[in-house]
Amino acid sequence: MDTFLWIVRVGAIILLIWGVAGTVVQGLSGRGPTGEAWRDLVVAGIAQGAMYGLIALGYSMVYGVLGFINFAHGEVFMSGGMVGFFVANYLWEVGLWETNFVLAILLVLLSSILTSTLVAVIVERIAYRPLRASPRLIPLITSIGISFFLQYTFAGLFGVAVKNYPPPPDSLRSRISLLGLEIEGSKLLVIVVAVATMVGLYLFVEKTRTGRSIRAVAEDKEIAALMGIDVNRTIVATFAVGGAMAGVAGTLWALLFRGVSFITGFLPGIKAFTAAVLGGIGNLPGAMAGGVLLGLFEGVGPQLVLAGFGIPGVSQLKDVVAFTALVLVLIFKPTGLFGERLSAEDRA
Amino acid sequence: MKRHLRAGRLLAVSVLLVAACGGSASPTDSDQTDAAEFEPGPLGAVVVAPGELIQIRSLNSISGDIAFLGIPNQRGVEMAIADYGPVAGREVSMGTPLDDLCSPDGGQSAAQATVADPSVIGVIGTTCSSAATAASPLISDAGMVMIAPSNTSPALTSDLAGDPSPSYHPGYYRTAHNDLFQGKAVALFVRDHLGFDTAAAIHDGDPYTQGLAEAFKDAFEELGGMVTAFTAVNKGDTDMIAALTEVAAGRPQALFFPVFMPEGGFIVQQVDGVVGLEDITLIVSAALLVDNFMELPESEGVYISGPDLRFGDNRNSITGRTAVELLDAYEAAYGEAPSGGYLGHAYDATTMLLRAIERAAVDIDGTLHIDRAQVRDELTGTSMDGIIGPIDCDLFGDCGTQRLTVLYNTDPSNIETGKNNVVFEYAP
Repeated sequence: MDTFLWIVRVGAIILLIWGVAGTVVQGLSGRGPTGEAWRDLVVAGIAQGAMYGLIALGYSMVYGVLGFINFAHGEVFMSGGMVGFFVANYLWEVGLWETNFVLAILLVLLSSILTSTLVAVIVERIAYRPLRASPRLIPLITSIGISFFLQYTFAGLFGVAVKNYPPPPDSLRSRISLLGLEIEGSKLLVIVVAVATMVGLYLFVEKTRTGRSIRAVAEDKEIAALMGIDVNRTIVATFAVGGAMAGVAGTLWALLFRGVSFITGFLPGIKAFTAAVLGGIGNLPGAMAGGVLLGLFEGVGPQLVLAGFGIPGVSQLKDVVAFTALVLVLIFKPTGLFGERLSAEDRA
Repeated sequence: MKRHLRAGRLLAVSVLLVAACGGSASPTDSDQTDAAEFEPGPLGAVVVAPGELIQIRSLNSISGDIAFLGIPNQRGVEMAIADYGPVAGREVSMGTPLDDLCSPDGGQSAAQATVADPSVIGVIGTTCSSAATAASPLISDAGMVMIAPSNTSPALTSDLAGDPSPSYHPGYYRTAHNDLFQGKAVALFVRDHLGFDTAAAIHDGDPYTQGLAEAFKDAFEELGGMVTAFTAVNKGDTDMIAALTEVAAGRPQALFFPVFMPEGGFIVQQVDGVVGLEDITLIVSAALLVDNFMELPESEGVYISGPDLRFGDNRNSITGRTAVELLDAYEAAYGEAPSGGYLGHAYDATTMLLRAIERAAVDIDGTLHIDRAQVRDELTGTSMDGIIGPIDCDLFGDCGTQRLTVLYNTDPSNIETGKNNVVFEYAP
């Protein structure tokens, strides 16, 4: 078995080097993307990955405390983006979006966070808490059902058509010079806000009383209860914080892509789950890094590796590249890049 | 008591078996009839007993992102049935509307439901070419016919040079144009009207979008142009930077992307952020002739190719209804203007089918015998005027007028202007 794994590992490295070398040769002969194009691919990949990371935090936190994957988390993200659209549209109609964009986007952000948090907490209370004593497969399957329920509830309430956010101001659409690099304003803002949010969450979990409770419950629910921690309340707080992160991602999504629909949460949800596994499930810094890496694999991978083999239309294969990267990472490091963080029960 | 229960179960099973074997009075294939005067053709026939309805079906995208096209198609079927009136003295039933989900699996399941009912003669649908590729073989094998109002993929009919396409199946017809003509129209527009030498194309892997992008590529290269990139995005993608970067490497003058929303919206919104594409001319297909695309500020200056929807005084020669009357009746009945551009195509397709059924029907003592092969022959020989213009079917089911236009979206805040702003027209 080990021999087979080693053959796969060596084969993967050879293919990777071969692909990259082919791309470099193409570039030297003037047939590949320009240096500016590579820069844009990297920035777009990081911006997209930052959103995956924010959503992945919700997956990882819930997995940490309850040990199951909440597949409805993508819809928690979508719900924030969807309600944010109606707020943004109203602010556009009354003129605030154009006259005071900062205030307008803060209001949209607030509405998105509140919605996603509320949806996450309600889902926990109605769908997951009654199943807490059940085998883990039961809440997992329930979460898939909740995912479809939320999708079609939003489709029924707001229609199936894509809803377009109003355009951001020109300052966000133009390029900003940073360390000699010309970067699109909206992407830079997305990256900055995502990083700040992630750092804020890390400090919250590490330094505050609630954060310590979350870590204690993730470690061992029974002992945490014996130490006086209200486990139910802590689990609700976990869902609320995960929902809030998804709400931030919903607004950043709107800044970057502007279109939301009832199925907007499905693919990013799957990708964010992948990011959480890539970084090491249950591990918050791992989820953040996993998200950014997945975005980079998607954004740069097809051009960097597949174009070198002369494959036409490589952009369509970005999901293949992303998921192959996941498989390869797990082959080299089965617990994810930063290692899993499991509860005492799971470790046993 | 147990014996009584067992006897009851046996009785129930027997009744079900008799029903399943055709013991009911519902219409059945003529193999099971004893009508001495009527000889069914090789595909069998549908027998409609006195008092029963003639059955056709609507199979369109009535949910999801493409419902904006499918719902007017379905309503066009309803309106044509009402306008046509009885067929050979019988009322026509559309049954419960079926949904093709704009996907191969949706088309397959809806077609399976259709062919399971032997009383159905024909289908108006599908909306999407991807659904038709899965539905068409099932409908064809069952001896039924389908007339698609909005399928445009060349793969479903022929190469227009006398050879059937890989996914062509007898019994398939359409009133929509063939995208080989649309590809040619866009190529002529880019090469001759705009005077460009280079272009790129993006599709999303769907038979419609890929077929149209390939038709454009072939036609553009035939006209001496160079396609610098031919790439694809996935349905559901949001980040288009990678695909656009691939396009930018060849520095094309125009980009043709016949995809749907939301992917089309993401492309126009992100294209400005890609170095090398700042001045590129964007061209889309009728898949993006929708309000939520045309209202995007970034869609200003985008060209939209599609069927010629200027129906003017065209009149359906079977029902006598004019294009203007049809639109007025639609708005009166449904309280809105049609959201898609294929209402006339669906209306004409339904009248074609009903007339073919009427011509193939033989009335013997009050029972109608409708030969399935005869229905196909009647459809293949169709020559009529429709809401969409002259309709003449070729051997592989292409019946539409093939008149195409390119619109120019000049003002996203007033999209009706763009919808009527024809800057190029093509009629082979």
